[in-house]
Amino acid sequence: MKVSDDLDRRFRERAVSEGSLDVAYDLVDSPIGALLVAVTERGLCRIGFDAEPERDLDPLARLFGAKVLRAPKAVDEPRRELSEYFEGTRTAFDVPVDVRFDAFRLRVMDELSRVPYGEVTTYGALAARAGKPRAARAVGTFMNRNPIPIVLPCHRVVGANGSLTGYGGGLERKERLLQLEGASLTLLG
Amino acid sequence: MMEAVATIPPFERFYVDHREGVFGFLVRRVGRDRAEDAFQETFLRALKSYESLAHAGNLRAWVFTIAARVAVDDFRKRRATAAEHEPVVEDSRPAYAELEHLAGELPPKERAAVVLRYGYDLEYSDIALALGSSEEAARQATSSGVRRLRRKGVTL
Repeated sequence: MKVSDDLDRRFRERAVSEGSLDVAYDLVDSPIGALLVAVTERGLCRIGFDAEPERDLDPLARLFGAKVLRAPKAVDEPRRELSEYFEGTRTAFDVPVDVRFDAFRLRVMDELSRVPYGEVTTYGALAARAGKPRAARAVGTFMNRNPIPIVLPCHRVVGANGSLTGYGGGLERKERLLQLEGASLTLLG
Repeated sequence: MMEAVATIPPFERFYVDHREGVFGFLVRRVGRDRAEDAFQETFLRALKSYESLAHAGNLRAWVFTIAARVAVDDFRKRRATAAEHEPVVEDSRPAYAELEHLAGELPPKERAAVVLRYGYDLEYSDIALALGSSEEAARQATSSGVRRLRRKGVTL
């Protein structure tokens, strides 16, 4: 028997308000396609491009626990911040994040979060700032596997020669985000 | 037949797979008016014990057993309210709690069938709904579960 949208929504909201979930997620529209946005009790834990819940749910369950439920209300805050970012009225994110990294990766991602809006840096420079100047390749891997792109701005990291190099969400998106921020790729130094 | 042992799916998939069946079942058990509350209660209880599930063997029977218990709790609550001014004399331990314990070692399908039949007095048509099987298969699962219990010295 069909469950009404209203009943379905009320159950999902109660699951969130009773704190019973490992992960709550929803799809969020954006100019670069639908994003899968997921949060734990601690904060934002995933932003996925080309959102396909059927494919995205299993990795979330493996990492954070099986109690994964779509619950639009739970992602209201990141949804609002993302929408302001894409409108060009937000240059930094305030939403708490829940990322689980080892020490070096944490340092790299922390340095990444300090790269200002509209500016770019290189993989090597980021590695150096995190204390391992030779680890540019590892930094590239971290960027590629960034669980919360856009908010952790790996799109602001480019090759030493100023080329865009790569992006987990595809180079077109990287270019689009840098354009949105008004970043100039010729000012690398 | 061996049941495949799989890891439990993300709760979203489990919920979407079973929400309509569970809702229909609850409408039959507690009536349209109370089915919505019972529905929320069922899936909230399922959520709370979801992690302790060891494997994904017959999640449908599992969630229908929870729904059956929610329906019984709802019935008892209503009866208690109706009889507020009379002393309520009840068994301290409901039959289904004891039965769930005794039936604990049965294969999931037989366990659900036995508990639903003898613990909750469900008709075979409802048990079939819970197991996602035919009425005949529900009867078979029940009697096979009962036979297995008898061999262990448990009589129902």
